[in-house]
Amino acid sequence: MYSIERLTKVYSRNQLRAIDDVNLVLGRGEFASVIGPSGCGKSTLLKVMAGLIPPTSGRVVLEQQPVMGPRADIGMMFQQATLLPWKTTIENVVLPIEVRRGRAAARDATARARELLELVGLGEATDVYPGELSGGMAQRAAICRMLITNPAVLLLDEPFSALDELTRDFMNMEFQRICMERHATAFLVTHSIPEAVILSDRIYVMQANPGRIADVVEIGLPRPRTLDMINTARFGEVVSQIRAKLDREGFL
Amino acid sequence: MPTGDTLQASSGTGDTVWVERDPFIDRIPRPIAISILVFGVVALWWIVTRLAIVSPIILPSPAETGADLVFVGSNLTSGGYVLDAFITTTLTVIYAFLIAVGLGFCLGTLVGETKFGERAVMPILVAIDTMPKVAFAPLFIAWLGFGISSKVALAAFIATFPVVVSTAAGLYAATENERFLFKSMGASRLQTLIRLKLPTGLPYVFTGLKIAAVGVMAGAITGEFLGGGKGVGALIRVSASQLDTPRVFSLIIYLSFLGLAMFMFVVWVQRTFVFWNKPDKIGGVG
Ligand SMILES: Nc1ncnc2c1ncn2[C@@H]1O[C@H](COP(=O)(O)OP(=O)(O)OP(=O)(O)O)[C@@H](O)[C@H]1O
Ligand SMILES: [Mg+2]
Repeated sequence: MYSIERLTKVYSRNQLRAIDDVNLVLGRGEFASVIGPSGCGKSTLLKVMAGLIPPTSGRVVLEQQPVMGPRADIGMMFQQATLLPWKTTIENVVLPIEVRRGRAAARDATARARELLELVGLGEATDVYPGELSGGMAQRAAICRMLITNPAVLLLDEPFSALDELTRDFMNMEFQRICMERHATAFLVTHSIPEAVILSDRIYVMQANPGRIADVVEIGLPRPRTLDMINTARFGEVVSQIRAKLDREGFL
Repeated sequence: MPTGDTLQASSGTGDTVWVERDPFIDRIPRPIAISILVFGVVALWWIVTRLAIVSPIILPSPAETGADLVFVGSNLTSGGYVLDAFITTTLTVIYAFLIAVGLGFCLGTLVGETKFGERAVMPILVAIDTMPKVAFAPLFIAWLGFGISSKVALAAFIATFPVVVSTAAGLYAATENERFLFKSMGASRLQTLIRLKLPTGLPYVFTGLKIAAVGVMAGAITGEFLGGGKGVGALIRVSASQLDTPRVFSLIIYLSFLGLAMFMFVVWVQRTFVFWNKPDKIGGVG
């Protein structure tokens, strides 16, 4: 259980109420998405949930433990892959282990890292530097880096939005498979309604000024999801329902 | 293979092969390009001296300068007094460079990494840097004497500030996401500094080192002008006072080789250690 209770974040620098009284609960293995206009506080919410910045009030609790700082059981991924250019792909993947437990532990983890890289189709690229990877390959390496510590919760901030549509669809399906296999809880920030619908059990629609959750939509499509489901009536219905909600708030 | 006459691309007769040609000026290879330029400048120089537009004391002819270059060169290789002067200046430059790099890097890290450094150290450094540093030369001579150390001090003093600024700027180069990534991995401040901020900032640091490499040359020669001693700067001053302009010219040319060697060394170190960052190449010297 991952619960966010009465969470409010006011940036002290400009007294900006980035998120206001956000409440949500994610069950183990659930996949939820947040969608909302630019600047409504999605990234802020994710950072507080990851323990990267402290909330102004309220709290985040994961498995009965309040989140008070970064934790090994929470994995995070950003819009940019942010691989270190002076480390090879596999060195980048084991970086979280190296930082937390030292070089020896990182060396022990290379076999697992190689497995992960093979899983996402990067078996050939383990020893090249990130400068030689395409955008999609770099994001896949970033997924592996997030997974190497086996986190129970995956937080993703528009992870595939810089990719072209074909790669993006492929990555989404890949990502669904990984989450299901590991029974990981996932929380995805996105600007794409179809992406949110195809991946999520539940979608939170956010509103700006102050950032808050305006609506919750249960998707109810069966799992595993496939790209063919985009053509089903239920999919189209949900997409237009969410679009209508966002339009009503006067954005997008 | 379909037989339709629209699909001609792979048959020999349908090929339209063309290449893009660079204009002539872009196709000249580097050694020839450099030779042309040097030849042009020397030719112009020769014409100016030949027409006796300026007095030979102000501008000696290329032939005179060339003869003196050969003389100084033979003195350098045979271990004469010019060689001694060059060894002295080279040592001055190397010591000053090492001091500037070490001191500049430490101060730069302090400024870039801590609020104390940013708030207190940086303004004071800027205040010092805006002073005409050459004016400190008499002080260094008074404190450290006429030997090599007063020149080392002046050269290091001039070259430290660029290293401080570039190191501090480099420490800001890591993006917000990269910082959050390290934070999410539970990295300590020291780990973030050593594993993220310093490597990310290295290209900036090297920019400072290149400026410092040139700066220590200027500082060392200035110090030798003002404080005497055994370096090349003192030789130049003596030659100039004897109106031996060809000697001044040839000493400057050999000095430029020393400066170039320093600069190329820094470029080489950068290429080797910052392999992931291809420096913007202008004329292949980064
Ligand atoms: N460090 C900060 N200090 C002050 N204000 C901030 C800070 N970070 C974000 N904000 C403000 O908080 C609000 C929410 O920002 P946030 O980045 O969470 O939005 P977002 O929903 O992720 O937007 P986008 O979809 O464009 O990524 C914005 O108005 C932003 O200007
Ligand atoms: Mg954002």
